[in-house]
Amino acid sequence: MIEARGLVKHYRSTLAVDNLSFDVRPGTVTGFLGPNGAGKSTSMRMIMGLDRPDAGQVRIDGKSYGHLRWPLREVGALLEAKAFHPGRTARAHLAALAASNAIGRRRVEEVLAITGIEKAADRRAGKFSLGMSQRLGIAAALLGDPRVLLLDEPVNGLDPEGIRWIRNLLKNLAAQGRTVLVSSHLISEIAHTADALIVIGQGRLLAQTTVAQLSARASSLEEAFFQLTEGVTDYSGSL
Amino acid sequence: MNTATLRHRGASPVRGSYGFRTVARMEWRKLRTVRSTWYIVAVFAAGMIGLAMLVLKNENYAQLSAAGRASFDPAYDAFLGLVLGQLLLGVLGVLAITTEFSSGMIRATFAAAPRRPLVLAAKAAVLGAVTLAAGEISAFAAFLAGQAMLKAPAPHATLGQPGVLRAVLMAGAYPALIALISLGIGAIIRHTAGAICALVGVLFVLPLLFVPLSPSIQDTAQKFLPHVMAALSLTAVKPVAHMLSPGLTFGLLCAYAMVALAAGAWALARRDA
Repeated sequence: MIEARGLVKHYRSTLAVDNLSFDVRPGTVTGFLGPNGAGKSTSMRMIMGLDRPDAGQVRIDGKSYGHLRWPLREVGALLEAKAFHPGRTARAHLAALAASNAIGRRRVEEVLAITGIEKAADRRAGKFSLGMSQRLGIAAALLGDPRVLLLDEPVNGLDPEGIRWIRNLLKNLAAQGRTVLVSSHLISEIAHTADALIVIGQGRLLAQTTVAQLSARASSLEEAFFQLTEGVTDYSGSL
Repeated sequence: MNTATLRHRGASPVRGSYGFRTVARMEWRKLRTVRSTWYIVAVFAAGMIGLAMLVLKNENYAQLSAAGRASFDPAYDAFLGLVLGQLLLGVLGVLAITTEFSSGMIRATFAAAPRRPLVLAAKAAVLGAVTLAAGEISAFAAFLAGQAMLKAPAPHATLGQPGVLRAVLMAGAYPALIALISLGIGAIIRHTAGAICALVGVLFVLPLLFVPLSPSIQDTAQKFLPHVMAALSLTAVKPVAHMLSPGLTFGLLCAYAMVALAAGAWALARRDA
């Protein structure tokens, strides 16, 4: 369970997140949706305690991130595809992170197998394709077998087989009772995986809803999404 | 999908919490699993030992003036490699944190261990241990190899002579302290190039700024400039008049490292990752 209350974040003069409150419940995949620049990544960094909100707070199962006793065993996150030293092997990267939370080496081998990168585990991660890097990031997120998962645009760079794999993975994780928050700027992608939806635009909450409720609002899910986000995109083109 | 390997919740969570020991284990793994660490340490050791051998082999004691013979310090001469060595281990200290910022690894690190001053403390402990070991081994090797190259009639230094063991120990500790200062600088500046420039500024440019000033000001300033402190106090067996004692100088350098690391910890805790 993630509870965000009244989050505000400025970067210099830009207001990135504006009084944002939402809940992410366990047992279901929640899509975190909004146009580019809506504040999704900023919100996720605030959940993780990486960026400090100017106002408001986030609780994860009742605690702020900084008070978690074993952070990787409680929250797993994929925030960016290449958050690793390019010269370190995938196995060494995972083993280092595992050590910080007293996670055994066997679990490192398990997550390498789950994400299908065990054959590349001893290659330097800087040589990985974007899809492989995403898998390594997901392996890191799964290391602590956490109850809460945050994934920022996880399908980026994955091939169709990889996309199908991650959809199933996320559904399975949610079915085990975990809290799963997945961001995307594509409603069509998120509709394949998520049931619950948090839609934001220009840092504000536009809707906390479900895929079923949203698609009932208009002729199609995409149409409903465009109606909701109309006027909050940062830029628009015209024909 | 390999769901079988995803565990079932329900087992009670492990007792205790992450802390200095677990984070230090992560930092040790990180430091030893990038090649640059070992390249830098190897070049450092080769430079320290090679320069000591070269300098003392070419020492022409027989041709020295009386004044030259009086000030000849065969222990100190074994540590001229520190000019380069301090920069190498300093770069190691900078890279230990700036590569995390350039790659994005820092966010994985802080996600695993949100108490940032604790992360920096663990980094400092691991980096300090590795650089101290590299420094001491290289210093003893440089000293012994250097003395072996020194030809009669030049007087040789031995570890039993007064002040010599201290000079060797401090020659090894000095570049480790520079590595810690550099880690603090890296935590503040975050960018590799910028942090290395700052390091070069402190080690090499700062002393030049005092050159145009009066000798008395220079003498005062030299007491506090890292490389001069190493050359004229820490590794000098024959005391240099205007310098502080080796013990005091060493304490001062430790204080520099503490200040740099405290400032780095403060900067990490205050700014977004």
